[in-house]
Amino acid sequence: MNQQTFHYDNKLPKYFAIACIFWGTVGMLLGVIAAFQLAFPVLNFSEFMPYLTFGRLRPVHTNAVIFAFVGNGIFTGVYYAIPRLLKTPMWNKTLGNIHFWGWQFIIVCAAVSLLMGFTTGKEYAELEWPIDILITLIWVVFGLNMFGTILTRRERHLYVAIWFFIASWVTVAMLHIVNSMEFPVSFMKSYSWYAGVQDALVQWWYGHNAVAFFLTTPYLGLMYYFLPKAADRPVYSYRLSIVHFWSLIFLYIWAGPHHLLYTALPDWAQSVGTAFSIMLILPSWGGMLNGLFTLRGAWDKVREDPVLKFFVVAVTCYGMATFEGPMLSLKNVNAISHYSDWTIAHVHIGALGWNGFLTFGMMYWLIPKLFNTKLYSRKLASTHFWIGTLGILLYAIPMYWSAFRSYFMMSAFTPEGQLQYEFIDVVQTVIPFYIMRAIGGTIYLTGVLLMCYNLIKTAKTGEFVATEEATAPALAKDYKAPANSIWHSLIERKPIMLLILSLVVVGIGGLVEMIPTFLVKENIPSIASVKPYTPLELQGRDLYIKEGCYNCHSQMIRPFRYEVARYGEYSKAGEFVYDHPFQWGSKRTGPDLARIGGKYGDSWHFNHMLDPTSMSPGSIMPSYPAMYEDVIDKASTNSKIHAMRQMGVPYPANYEAIANQDLEKQANGIASKLLIENKIKISSDKEIIALIAYLQRIGTDIKLQPNPSK
Amino acid sequence: MKFSTYLVHITGVSIYPLISLCLFVVFFFLMIYWMYSIDKKEIERIQNLPFDDHKKI
Repeated sequence: MNQQTFHYDNKLPKYFAIACIFWGTVGMLLGVIAAFQLAFPVLNFSEFMPYLTFGRLRPVHTNAVIFAFVGNGIFTGVYYAIPRLLKTPMWNKTLGNIHFWGWQFIIVCAAVSLLMGFTTGKEYAELEWPIDILITLIWVVFGLNMFGTILTRRERHLYVAIWFFIASWVTVAMLHIVNSMEFPVSFMKSYSWYAGVQDALVQWWYGHNAVAFFLTTPYLGLMYYFLPKAADRPVYSYRLSIVHFWSLIFLYIWAGPHHLLYTALPDWAQSVGTAFSIMLILPSWGGMLNGLFTLRGAWDKVREDPVLKFFVVAVTCYGMATFEGPMLSLKNVNAISHYSDWTIAHVHIGALGWNGFLTFGMMYWLIPKLFNTKLYSRKLASTHFWIGTLGILLYAIPMYWSAFRSYFMMSAFTPEGQLQYEFIDVVQTVIPFYIMRAIGGTIYLTGVLLMCYNLIKTAKTGEFVATEEATAPALAKDYKAPANSIWHSLIERKPIMLLILSLVVVGIGGLVEMIPTFLVKENIPSIASVKPYTPLELQGRDLYIKEGCYNCHSQMIRPFRYEVARYGEYSKAGEFVYDHPFQWGSKRTGPDLARIGGKYGDSWHFNHMLDPTSMSPGSIMPSYPAMYEDVIDKASTNSKIHAMRQMGVPYPANYEAIANQDLEKQANGIASKLLIENKIKISSDKEIIALIAYLQRIGTDIKLQPNPSK
Repeated sequence: MKFSTYLVHITGVSIYPLISLCLFVVFFFLMIYWMYSIDKKEIERIQNLPFDDHKKI
């Protein structure tokens, strides 16, 4: 047979590995800072600058860990494994370089723009439209390079890891494009194309599947490659991996609505989300067991080898998180966990345990290979393993505890039927847990720093192998599939077919959930008294989004006695029809704001935003002094109103022309009321006036009509 | 807000759950059939692919 010689490139895997570890360290450090901010609000430094408040820092942390740390981790594995599995170098070096540098450029743009307050206000999709476009382009470059490689391969069969990479690529592309549909208002400002309930459904279809197809399936690809490599034995059952793959991608995409249980999302969509989430246990555990059973008869190695130790805990955490996920999607469990620290614990079992430990194991295995040497210190790596494990436990346990504690306190009534605790009492009682969690995070980060040292030392003792030579025969053109392998040859050996089928399989779930919510009118019963925001309120809402208030405050009251008693009438789908984007939030570090309008006077908000503890002693909210200096960006009113009308918000024709007059009139009203009633002197063009206008509007429309249900 | 309230407005609605049940059953049966149809030797070769990279054949 015609033998061909070729070279595997190690440069890009090395670059991606360095980027992964670097951004991982940065992202985790930001997480530790954000964790301490919740216990010690002074660390927001908001007296000095607005850039580091929790509301802006937390999205940088989440984006850095998901897209920078895990993203670069995926690419490291892909650029190392795919050429070796297909016996061909990556298709195009230039595309590879564009991919690498483009992705790092996106990360820098993301970090800078988020800290500056440019955000779309949708969790894990906060980046503004120019960066969204850049992500799409770089993702296409990555796809081209991957498919170019697959199409020029010397191995007919696509190993299961590659299926996971293909499905991840196509699904992430679909999710990113659908969820990022936004109407640009200016450079770095846009509004989500969807509104209210529909926006929520699309967002959590995206949010859930970002976890599925960015944090899970590509890492399963890495597991199916690196775990057998490290254990030096093939995967336990290749047949099981086939079932794992198809059932996982078939079921995962449907489960998004479990993030919206008990909200104003239609009941049927919530039920679909729950049903599919429960079914997800089977493929997930199939995959976990496949990973763990791969080590059958090799557990003596696990005792010795730090790489395998990391893999075992990673796969176990995958199993724990994928058991916990379906449990959290049961309505009665979700009633406790939603908006609480339980969710935070759950995602960190996944992020620190599954993604973190799998990445560390991969790095401890890969870096010595790339530098043709042995790991500098196995002992140090084992220390990292124990420190990391301790860090995860110290992170997660306080969060579970805090979640239950706050649930019991929030839902407690006195015998007279009054709520037993104020919100601030609950905040005060969970602060010690926030401190413990922050210490857990710090311990985990210390382990990562040990790894950095260990890997740098490893690299220094060896010499980098830039390319590796290999030979293999070219793909035979006149190949005949063996008998009995019709299905097999139809899909597995045809990458484009695999791509299309994956897209169809993941597309069905999204379509079935979304089309009815968009087309069937009864899904969002309209409420006649709900009107569009005034220009001043719209500007105030944009400030609310800019400061990332949704990171701590929800705007969605669930129909529970203890929520209605605390916050007011439960939220209805029809209340959010003009909310581009929706701001329901996912965590209540602060109280729900869905009925905040009219609850307090303007002066309360004025004082509270300047010094939260003055109005609410013991509050951990940062102050926002910049809003008392900066003026409302009136120049943008015109294009904002125009954009809203384009998306169907019923502002009168040519309202743009007089919008700023209305804005000034309302602002003057608020400023003079503050002066007359509370002797507070503030110019009416300051941002705080707009924010007060918005806060006083939230949730009040429904009070204007006698029968709020339909 | 109950799904059934507007489901009843769709003509021939009872066919949809049957279609979806069939879709699911067919999907999983095809997958399982496919899985078992793969030749044992072939499986063995495929699952050893990760170890094939440095061999100069």
